[in-house]
Amino acid sequence: MSTIEVSPAEPLSGRTAHEVVNDFSIQVATVNGSGSQTANTVLMRAIFQMGIPVSGKNMFPSNIAGLPTWFTIRASKHGYIGRRKEIDFLVAMNPETAREDVMKLDSGAAVVYDEPLKLSELRSDLHFYPVPFDKLVGPVCPEAKLRKLVRNMIYDGVVAQILSIDMAEVRKALVKQFGKKKAKAADLNWGAAQAGFDYATKTFTKSDPYRVERMNETAGKIIIDGNSACALGAMFAGVTVVTWYPITPSSSLVESLIGYMRRFRIDPETGKATFAIVQAEDELASIGMALGAGWAGARSMTATAGPGISLMSEFVGLGYYAEIPAVIYDVERVGPSTGLPTRTQQGDLLTTAILSHGDTRHPMFFPCSPEECFSMSIEAFNFAERFQTPVFVMTDLDLGMNNWMADPFQYPTEPIRRGKVLTAEDLTALGGFARYKDIDGDGVGYRTLPGTRHEKAAYFTRGSGHNDKAQYTEREDDYIHNMDRLAHKFEAMRAHVPEPVVRHAPHARIGFVAVGTSDYAVRESCDQLKNEYDIDASYLRLKAYPFTEHLKDFIRRYDRVYVVDQNRDAQLLGLMRLEFDVDLLAKLRSVRYYGGLPLDARTVTDDIVRQEGK
Amino acid sequence: MSTTVTPPPKKVNRLGLEVLNYKGSRTTLCAGCGHNSISERIVECFYELGVEPFNVAKFSGIGCSSKSPAYFLGLSHGFNGVHGRMPAIATGAMLANRTLLGLGVTGDGDTASIGIGQFMHLVRRNLPLIYVIENNGVYGLTKGQFSATADLGSTLKTGIPNDLPPFDCCALALKWGATFVARSFSGDKKQLQAILKTAIAHNGLSVIDVISPCVTFNDHQGSTKSYGYMKDHEAVLHELDFVPFFDDISVDIPEGEAMDVQMHDGSHLRIRKLARDFDPTDRLAALGALEDAEAKGEVLTGVLFVNTHKPTFTELLNLHDAPLATLPESKVRPAPTVLDEVMEELR
Repeated sequence: MSTIEVSPAEPLSGRTAHEVVNDFSIQVATVNGSGSQTANTVLMRAIFQMGIPVSGKNMFPSNIAGLPTWFTIRASKHGYIGRRKEIDFLVAMNPETAREDVMKLDSGAAVVYDEPLKLSELRSDLHFYPVPFDKLVGPVCPEAKLRKLVRNMIYDGVVAQILSIDMAEVRKALVKQFGKKKAKAADLNWGAAQAGFDYATKTFTKSDPYRVERMNETAGKIIIDGNSACALGAMFAGVTVVTWYPITPSSSLVESLIGYMRRFRIDPETGKATFAIVQAEDELASIGMALGAGWAGARSMTATAGPGISLMSEFVGLGYYAEIPAVIYDVERVGPSTGLPTRTQQGDLLTTAILSHGDTRHPMFFPCSPEECFSMSIEAFNFAERFQTPVFVMTDLDLGMNNWMADPFQYPTEPIRRGKVLTAEDLTALGGFARYKDIDGDGVGYRTLPGTRHEKAAYFTRGSGHNDKAQYTEREDDYIHNMDRLAHKFEAMRAHVPEPVVRHAPHARIGFVAVGTSDYAVRESCDQLKNEYDIDASYLRLKAYPFTEHLKDFIRRYDRVYVVDQNRDAQLLGLMRLEFDVDLLAKLRSVRYYGGLPLDARTVTDDIVRQEGK
Repeated sequence: MSTTVTPPPKKVNRLGLEVLNYKGSRTTLCAGCGHNSISERIVECFYELGVEPFNVAKFSGIGCSSKSPAYFLGLSHGFNGVHGRMPAIATGAMLANRTLLGLGVTGDGDTASIGIGQFMHLVRRNLPLIYVIENNGVYGLTKGQFSATADLGSTLKTGIPNDLPPFDCCALALKWGATFVARSFSGDKKQLQAILKTAIAHNGLSVIDVISPCVTFNDHQGSTKSYGYMKDHEAVLHELDFVPFFDDISVDIPEGEAMDVQMHDGSHLRIRKLARDFDPTDRLAALGALEDAEAKGEVLTGVLFVNTHKPTFTELLNLHDAPLATLPESKVRPAPTVLDEVMEELR
């Protein structure tokens, strides 16, 4: 049996209570499979509807039902939507973790808990609100088997009452969550929320400092997870062949896409699908199908996570050598097999950049928000066909599976560009073609699609041994010539990848470099460093690999540049080591976090302060 | 006295193409390799049936067999993929363009070992594809190791016996629900032609297991995939006659002597029975016949099963009639109003 060490703390009385408005985090600890996701989403949405910037992060186990799960909602008037390390308001519903959850809280935090857990005995420096959930759920939910699910909605009412969340917004969020078809379920849950609210009104005298107040910072915004945003991007990019194998945390990307495609991509004239979505037998097959489809001219994609990336390795190499477009989404997560597959990480950067055997280099795009998941998906499909190569869109579990506040997506302004594809008419005009000849100086040859009605259209696709005309060869000069062209093609990509976002702070001597979801922690950390330590820090957020000159210029400009990695081995820094000279590398420092939770600003700030010797 | 010699008119098929238009580059396989005979049959069949070469896509994995698509149908696109995973490439390509005629060539190592999983799922999906297994029971390119189709007790060239039972790709395909299953022998020109032509006409997956001796590593005394062994042990199920849709069927066959199977494109497969009664639309009978033959030490050849009714994978997916690959932007990028609608739902 594990024991919890109770540290003596100053009791609450005698402390001055100050108000904390729209700047705190709520953590809801439940058992997975108990239907808490609905209650948590409703709570998050209600705060969002009150105009307060908010984020929600689900920390869940690899399990269907019965293991602990935590959902963290952060409200931030400053617009910080990264994870906040400190929990200010705990809803303790899980007997398994309740004691430990309470012990971890900072002094002054508030706790709503299931009364029988008797948590108030543990500490005297917290604000406790015991709620008899079982007693309250009976009258509002006559059907016993539904009580387990409805019970959670009671805490929404309790929390709303304590934090001054408008119950009208809770009601609105509930209706939104359940939709018109499930009005009965919405009513049942609304009854539970009201019961919680009424109980709290009757029972509690507010003693904690936290509350919300209406703002106007979310008007017009949407709430969406990154996977759905990628799916929408792929649909508007005109994807036609989608192949996949279920794996956390990427499954919901394709599942969301299936929903959207069935709604919006059935040709109204014929009633037929303008797409094929295939659940393959494994990732070996899903990448093979995506490449076969890309070769035959489809806009093809697959979505996976680290283990799938490993399995796709050989085929991706063939895609590189045979020069076949495909978009591969990698929703990154923690390492192999069982353990932390449901936790986030940016752990595939190094392997993906050079995935496969022989010499290979692959472009990667790093969206950091739902807006970018959408827009960069569209860019990725154009890029894959422009450069005839597999392109990786690297997101992570935090971005992919959590709900984010976002601006509405912008309809693409650029047309779909299919790259260098020769038609039968082109072939007649040209009199023929050489598949791998660099005509335009960008290393990209012209291709034809099977089915092109011309006697000069056909060519034979194979791996490493081919000349300009796609003929079989094992000659060293042919191989070297081809490899040099492929290297040149990769160089040419640098002028076409999405450019980084650079923020130069006046007087800064140091800078940050980060990708993807590290953005939220780094931006907040820049503010913390300035406000708390008077350290100015500039920041470059990479949106793609290969790197562009912007990165080198940025490093040159600062004394020290901190490369932020959500992995143990400083993989993003490692990518820079592969190509930068020593003078640039000498300036690089590493900030790493690899605990499986979304990176938080305090972790970054503390590490910078330590490394800067402040 | 001078005479003008008029060259004989070139022999062409119904498209006006010569047989030359169906050939590929020179083979680099061993002289006498069964695979070369199969390549020749492919050339003849596609020529004789007048298949548009640019409408064909060739697929293969890795191995001697998988090199062969370079040696036929030079006017068709080809894709030499990775070991055992030709089915995935073919699936993707056929989904991208359902109007293609897909021809996959693979070997027993490619199919029965590394690729057995993909083979199973290909069969399960009934992808419209001709899937030829050039089966020699041995890994040729890596110099003569057993494959998973090598018979129990058969030996390597070095005399080492195989102590594991073989996979019978035809029996497995039947079990998994294949819609056209045949076994042939690379040395049986007429039978292989009829089977290949039927496969071209079939709407669905055609699994054709062709015993194709490896003259270098597996044509010896202890082999059960040698020319000699096939000469002594081949048991031909029936006589096959393929009548393409563009030929008139004028000769009626007396009742009971032959079975006629009408294929998807209007072609006919005429099956004349030999020694035994065998109905190739009876899946269980086919499985039984394979079991019997195995017990007797025979290699049963012919059309084992044909089912012309099962929907194909592209039909199941309700794919657009036009190739997905070339659908215009107006068909694949929804209108701005769709984005507005979705955004509104997410507010």
